[in-house]
Amino acid sequence: MSASLRVEGLSVRLGAREVLDGVSLALQAGQVTVILGPNGAGKSTLIGALAGLVPPRAGSVWLGSERLETLDRRLRARRIALLPQHTDIAWPISVRSLAELGRIPHQGAFGLGEPDRLAVDRALVRAGVDAFADRPVAELSGGERARVLIARGLAGEADWLLADEPLTGLDPGHALDALALFRGEAARGAGVLLSLHDLDLAARIADRVIVLAEGRVQADGAPADALTSALLQRVYGVTAEVRVTAGRLRIDILGRDGHGE
Amino acid sequence: MTRLEGVLLAGLALLAFGSLWAGPVATPLAVLAHPDDPRFIILTQLRLPRVLLAVLVGGAMGLSGAALQGYSRNALADPGVLGVSSMASAGAVIALYFGLTAVTPWALPVSAALGAALGGVLLMTLAGWSESATTFILAGVLLNTLGGAATALALSLAPGPWAQAEIINWLMGSLTDRSLDEVGLAAPFILAGCGLIFLTGRALDALTLGEAAAAGLGVSLRGLRVLLVAAVALSAGASVAVSGVIGFVGLIVPHLLRPHVGARPSALLRPSLIGGAILLLAADTAVRLAPTPAELKLGVAMAVIGAPFFLLVLVRGGVQGRWSAGR
Repeated sequence: MSASLRVEGLSVRLGAREVLDGVSLALQAGQVTVILGPNGAGKSTLIGALAGLVPPRAGSVWLGSERLETLDRRLRARRIALLPQHTDIAWPISVRSLAELGRIPHQGAFGLGEPDRLAVDRALVRAGVDAFADRPVAELSGGERARVLIARGLAGEADWLLADEPLTGLDPGHALDALALFRGEAARGAGVLLSLHDLDLAARIADRVIVLAEGRVQADGAPADALTSALLQRVYGVTAEVRVTAGRLRIDILGRDGHGE
Repeated sequence: MTRLEGVLLAGLALLAFGSLWAGPVATPLAVLAHPDDPRFIILTQLRLPRVLLAVLVGGAMGLSGAALQGYSRNALADPGVLGVSSMASAGAVIALYFGLTAVTPWALPVSAALGAALGGVLLMTLAGWSESATTFILAGVLLNTLGGAATALALSLAPGPWAQAEIINWLMGSLTDRSLDEVGLAAPFILAGCGLIFLTGRALDALTLGEAAAAGLGVSLRGLRVLLVAAVALSAGASVAVSGVIGFVGLIVPHLLRPHVGARPSALLRPSLIGGAILLLAADTAVRLAPTPAELKLGVAMAVIGAPFFLLVLVRGGVQGRWSAGR
């Protein structure tokens, strides 16, 4: 069983702005947790802090009984895989080379070992990109590229997988493919945290949603409990109809609220 | 060792033997067994230091270029373009100006390395946080201007025409009339710098995905910056100290070799080291053998090859994914 990943009373300031203000939450292994919230709500900062990359102003981030900031950065990277937003691939490396980057925290002085190669093979197969493993990433379509980047995240076989807006720029079909990959990771026992903008997709995939606004947690729970029309109005400033049809939570955004609070 | 590295090494060995042999007086290696033969002096005092320096300096430039391109995620980076060589040159000129080289011959490489280190620190301060290739190039423009101004100041204040001529001659970049003493001065710095660069391979690979992803993979970006500045200051600084500014080697070599190593920054390091040595040794042998009235300066010859190449890379969208693909 993997050690829990949690933040306690976390506050982060970037410049003069309090981006996170007293956030406390614990992620569950084997679950897909989705962070929602308007632009600038602090989603990326929270993900960065959970990956140990954003220093807290107050509060703390814990992996099991250890504070994340005191953990050796390579050991931390072996246990927490981060897929940042807008990843731009600088060189036309092959799909396999890109997935191998996910093994960097495991890599010894003499490069990749046999266990690393096997893990990369597994990740390529799970992400469904093994058929074109030797192609340069520069030649791939957006959907293929997104899957390869996810394969990189899977290759580390970390206990925790944090992905910041992994569906940006994907059409609905490819978005569902990507979500299936994350579901598979959770089924494997990993704790998965995604930030998304699409409420419908969030409701479809999440075991739990955390709604963030103005640096604070506004709602936290199963999608059907957390995503109420009152909450959506308060957080996004939209009028929305939330109902359950054929066992599925459906969210219809009806319009923008007139007042700007 | 990969096949590419084997081929490059074989090419370098052939070229080195050819360069030792060729000249107005052919000197077969067999004369090494006859110290009383006049050709022994030509081989050991004239040609050998030149070949050794071309290999050391070219290798250091090629390797530094590969590392800087990897770090800045930009195919247009090298110690010359980014202004590190220019700052090293300013450091060396200042040592020449104050006559420090008369006190100890080590003053020249040390002062050049300090200049290069200052350039490296300024570069990282100005552009180290940036993901943008443009920021790096602009920081390089700034450093080149600064280094050029410091050099011009030293020149204009130089105590006499002789000192001025010495500085100018040295600035043009050449491996002519170097001795084994100069090889001994530069080699420790260059080898140490190159050794440090090889420690950055894994971090450079991680940077393929940008700074956030690299940090997420457990790479210390600050550690990488410190290591890279120290390494490039040592290798580029000492190179400039013995040869003057010879640009473009670090730009051309990694760019030509990148497609042959699958574009992975770490896989590009060793081939760029060997390839840089080949390019500079070939260019130096060419200017030495060319039937020009006065020997063409190596720095000038490299600029003649390098400048159009720079333009070609720029036009073809060498900064892939950022300038050309419009992402």
